[in-house]
Amino acid sequence: MRRVAVTGMGLVTPLGRGVKTNWERLIGGQSGIRTIERFDVSDLPCKIAGQIQFGDGSDGTLNLDDVVDSKERKKMDDFIIYALAAADEAIADSGWKPADDEDAEMTGVLIGSGIGGLPGIDDGSITIATKGPRRLSPFFIPSTLINLASGHVSIRYGFKGPNHAVVTACSTGAHAIGDAARMIALGDADVMVAGGTEGAVCRMGIAGFAAARALSTAYNETPTEASRPYDQGRDGFVMGEGAGIVVLEDLEHAKKRGAKIYAEVVGYGLSGDAYHITAPSEDGNGGFRSMRMALKRAGLNPEEIDYINAHGTSTPKGDEIEAGAVMRLFGAASNTVSMSSTKSSIGHLLGAAGAVEAIYSILSINHDIVPPTLNLRNPSESVQGLDLVPLEAKEKKVRAALSNSFGFGGTNASLVVKEFN
Amino acid sequence: MSDIAERVKNIVVDHLGVEASKVTENASFIDDLGADSLDTVELVMAFEEEFGVEISDDAAEKILTVKDAIDYIQSQQG
Repeated sequence: MRRVAVTGMGLVTPLGRGVKTNWERLIGGQSGIRTIERFDVSDLPCKIAGQIQFGDGSDGTLNLDDVVDSKERKKMDDFIIYALAAADEAIADSGWKPADDEDAEMTGVLIGSGIGGLPGIDDGSITIATKGPRRLSPFFIPSTLINLASGHVSIRYGFKGPNHAVVTACSTGAHAIGDAARMIALGDADVMVAGGTEGAVCRMGIAGFAAARALSTAYNETPTEASRPYDQGRDGFVMGEGAGIVVLEDLEHAKKRGAKIYAEVVGYGLSGDAYHITAPSEDGNGGFRSMRMALKRAGLNPEEIDYINAHGTSTPKGDEIEAGAVMRLFGAASNTVSMSSTKSSIGHLLGAAGAVEAIYSILSINHDIVPPTLNLRNPSESVQGLDLVPLEAKEKKVRAALSNSFGFGGTNASLVVKEFN
Repeated sequence: MSDIAERVKNIVVDHLGVEASKVTENASFIDDLGADSLDTVELVMAFEEEFGVEISDDAAEKILTVKDAIDYIQSQQG
């Protein structure tokens, strides 16, 4: 099978637009979690989220006019706009531009989303209920369909290779990168634009996850303290929005054109819990097996992994189950590996999480710095043997990193990225 | 220019994002103003909203130019 390189990266997250801004703020210990002001939260138990900051493009804000003309924006829900913004950055960063039809047909797009156009579905439902079906926009369906993120990117750039989308809840972003890497490994494409996007911070989204009792509700007055993975005071996750997109490329193809190579995608593992629709299996067996498969595919032993970007959503159960699975799989190496949850900074980006966190993992390799787990002041007893990088980033040689994503439905994905040399 | 014509043109400029100078009475939404089939559906909805009229699908299919829209709305409000 062919080897797969990462040659471009793009991010739009609650920490800001752009990979550079994200990394500076992430390792600087900043939080992107704020009070929700975009819609009425007075009757919602959770009033905070990791939200994209809009503006004129300065100071890491996202200038929507830079991404899509205002007339076109009504044809796409937030998750598509975020995907386009991150894809623009990743593709420009990679320097890849198909020279002819053959190139274009070997360049594909695989961007997933956990939920898709929930704000549009929320609005559309109100329109039907109050004004009747004739007032529903003809753009309602294409603006909310999950695969339209991939569709818009392919249309904008003329990429005619595989055009696909993943929908596996909070594992989406990791599955998208893993599946796209396989398409390259198997020769279906030479280049794949892959990742995850989510824009579900709306009344329906917050109300829905709150109804499932998944969200933090105790920190509405102190939003930056709400996402606190592994901490004894954690009480649920904080929703986030944004997108992470990478350009994956056949290693030889990348070398031939002299592309800059950030890392290699060497491992990918997938598994199912076969247990419960929202809760992880108590013994962490699903996550254990996806990590084990990813390491096996990578041909790496646990002691060769220096950093784990955990799923670590800040829910009471999930964090300790994942940590337990890591300690069982890593054995003695769990004393030396560093594991942090960057959801402590940006919240849980659902379908975008796995892709954003894969990029953070690659950046940890590139910079030899591991990002912190914010707000981790009193770790739960069961995780105390692990280096969870509390409160502050730290310098550390990172040769390879593992990134976990686990989703509702008991779907698990793990990626291993490795330094290229 | 009649009030109806002015309002129709404003809607076309607003929804299709085109220069006002291009929105002549004989301009075709699809051939001259860059609209696709979904844009024309949305335009008709905007006309319905603005003028408080109901435009059937059969009638909407015949509204291809700015003038078609003005004429149809005038006939309904006449």
